[in-house]
Amino acid sequence: MIETAGLTKRYGDVVVVDNLSLHVSDGELLVLLGGSGSGKTTTLKMVNRLIEPSAGRITIDGQDTATIEAHDLRRRIGYVFQRVGLFPHMTVAENVGVTVTLLGWDRTRVRRRVDELLELVELDPALVGDRSPSELSGGQQQRVGVARALAASPRVMLLDEPFGALDPLTRDRLQQSFLRIRRQLHLAAIFVTHDMVEALLIGDRIAVMHEGRLVQIGTPRELLRSPADDYVRQLMETPTRQARVVDTLLEDSPA
Amino acid sequence: MSEQLALLPGYLTAHLQLTLFALLIGTAFSVPAGVLVTRMKWLDQPVLGTASVIQTIPSLALLAIMVPALAALGVQSIGFLPAFIGLTLYSVLPILRNTVTGLAGVDPALVEAARGVGMTPMQRLRRVELPLAMPVILAGIRTSTVLTVGVATLSTPVGAPSLGNYIFSGLQTRNLTAVLVGCVAAAVLAQVLDGLVRGLGAAFARRKRGWAAVVLTVIGVLYAYTGVSLVRDLGARDAGQVVVGAKTFTEQYILAEILAGQIAETTGAETEVVSSLGSTVAFDALRAEEIDVYVDYSGTIWATIMQRAAAPEGRDAVLGEVTQFLREEHGVEVAGALGFENAYALAMRRQQAEEIGVSGIGDLTAYARRLDIGGDYEFFGRPEWAAIRDTYGLAFATERTMDASLMYQAVASEQVDVISAFSTDGRIAAFDLVVLDDERGAIPPYDALILVGPRLVRERPDVVAALRQITGTIDADRMRRMNLAVDQDGAGPAAVAESFLQELRAARRPQ
Repeated sequence: MIETAGLTKRYGDVVVVDNLSLHVSDGELLVLLGGSGSGKTTTLKMVNRLIEPSAGRITIDGQDTATIEAHDLRRRIGYVFQRVGLFPHMTVAENVGVTVTLLGWDRTRVRRRVDELLELVELDPALVGDRSPSELSGGQQQRVGVARALAASPRVMLLDEPFGALDPLTRDRLQQSFLRIRRQLHLAAIFVTHDMVEALLIGDRIAVMHEGRLVQIGTPRELLRSPADDYVRQLMETPTRQARVVDTLLEDSPA
Repeated sequence: MSEQLALLPGYLTAHLQLTLFALLIGTAFSVPAGVLVTRMKWLDQPVLGTASVIQTIPSLALLAIMVPALAALGVQSIGFLPAFIGLTLYSVLPILRNTVTGLAGVDPALVEAARGVGMTPMQRLRRVELPLAMPVILAGIRTSTVLTVGVATLSTPVGAPSLGNYIFSGLQTRNLTAVLVGCVAAAVLAQVLDGLVRGLGAAFARRKRGWAAVVLTVIGVLYAYTGVSLVRDLGARDAGQVVVGAKTFTEQYILAEILAGQIAETTGAETEVVSSLGSTVAFDALRAEEIDVYVDYSGTIWATIMQRAAAPEGRDAVLGEVTQFLREEHGVEVAGALGFENAYALAMRRQQAEEIGVSGIGDLTAYARRLDIGGDYEFFGRPEWAAIRDTYGLAFATERTMDASLMYQAVASEQVDVISAFSTDGRIAAFDLVVLDDERGAIPPYDALILVGPRLVRERPDVVAALRQITGTIDADRMRRMNLAVDQDGAGPAAVAESFLQELRAARRPQ
């Protein structure tokens, strides 16, 4: 579905993404995991050409993205932003309907689609549709962000640390909602995060990036069982240790 | 008061014509220019820099500069066009700067989001960046609106009627009611227009389409009315109307009304008085056929237009040379002299003149160092002053420039000791001033002459003939009394002119 070959981004002499080759299958969720400066967000943005690669190729469904008009490409790819990025001068409904409006859909069709999407992300269209984004909670805003990304029925989704700024309970609920939606719609997705636990819980496969390079790629189980190097091992140790602590607490407690 | 209010619809409409269209063009230029600047960073300095420089030019000067600039291009240089262009230039900076600031202030995350959902650069601008920058841009438009309404009052000296006519003529003729009406009207207009733009902004911000429609309709109606009246006014120029000019002092207002009344009465031609023109603006306007007739003074033509220094002996010699020069160089005809001189004259308080024993300018030479002199805006820059100063070796303690209408009060209340008075001004007698003799003839004669522009000479011999009928009918005493009637007694220039013409006709009626 999504394929990158020799993908590289340089700013002057600084190499931000170095010769990256990845493959995401139909319906698969690939997590790009890494610390800040690892090149994960740059990689994500190159897929929908918010950033143009210095070298390498990206194909979606076998088609080279460089041959598609950037704005056409982006309308076919759902994108959920780290900082939500809802337009404050538009209502919730207008935000969700923005891409299909750009595609020239008529009003009633847009309205129907918006209602459908708001229900999909578990918001009441009648209640939130005409509100301003600023009237919603952070979690609700990001639900709207997800709905907006899904408007034009993309088969590919890109998510840039979408739940990073949310409190743990809200984050957990949104992760669950997202997993359900993704299965329901059979989406191929790249999900950027620096949160190890989130990566393990949500990813079909995880690609660990460090200083612009791909360190290891595999299923969560593979990464936990056989980390490729010390960096990956350290990354995996934290959640494992935390899980052990929680286990211990559960055993000690009087039932 | 009611006399002043009767003028309001005309002045207000003219003011709206200038303001609304200057703002329209200013906005239509500034917003796209602002967008361009944010897209091409290298344009930032040149474009904003130029706009800032224009803004720093004093507004009166900016409008006045338009007159020779447009005349050099051979287009209308007096009236609507120079004022309109000056105001448009003036309106640019606040809108331009706010457009740039507003666009630069849009959250980069939102710009990226706009790209991410698949907007083209144009859609991004229209649907995201401009709407988000709109409050800041509208604030710029509001600043420009208030500024333009105010500066438009300075259109009067370049021949475009406006609410400034109240202020300029009111200050000259000591008619405080007129000044007040002008100021209040301009202030109210500024508030109303500002309120409309603010209302529009609020309607957009709160997404009230109904409100926005109402405000837009009001603005649309204003533009429609103003546009129609503008087309009608500009069209009227061709319809054989005779345009009479007047400079910025009482005598000129009265004389313009006398000329207009005489023309209308005798030939039935429609007339229009364009008053409060800057001094050289009036002559340029005549030459460029923007006005058809006005009164100027032989000495002024001699010194300012002909740029000659020493005047020949005698009024007739100067008159002869001036007439010949104007005809040959500018196609301007001298229809005749009105019969009086309005000369520059140095005047002092009678009491002080007697105390120090001064009766002629020559007597001042010894005292000048201890005295202050006041002059009108032009005086100290005019060749006549240089001639007086050099002939008599005068060096005053200070030279203070002030409005001509304030000079007499200033000398009477001992703010200055000597002023550059006009010999026909009624206030010389009213404030008990004495005019000092020009023993050595440094000041040229200033016969009041009716100057007729090339168009009238060519096309309307009947009008020229009508004007010749009033030559020699006004002596200095008569003029002084008419000036005093306006300056002191608060009569309107038109009324004073009307009673003069009536008397003239009565005297000429066959016995």
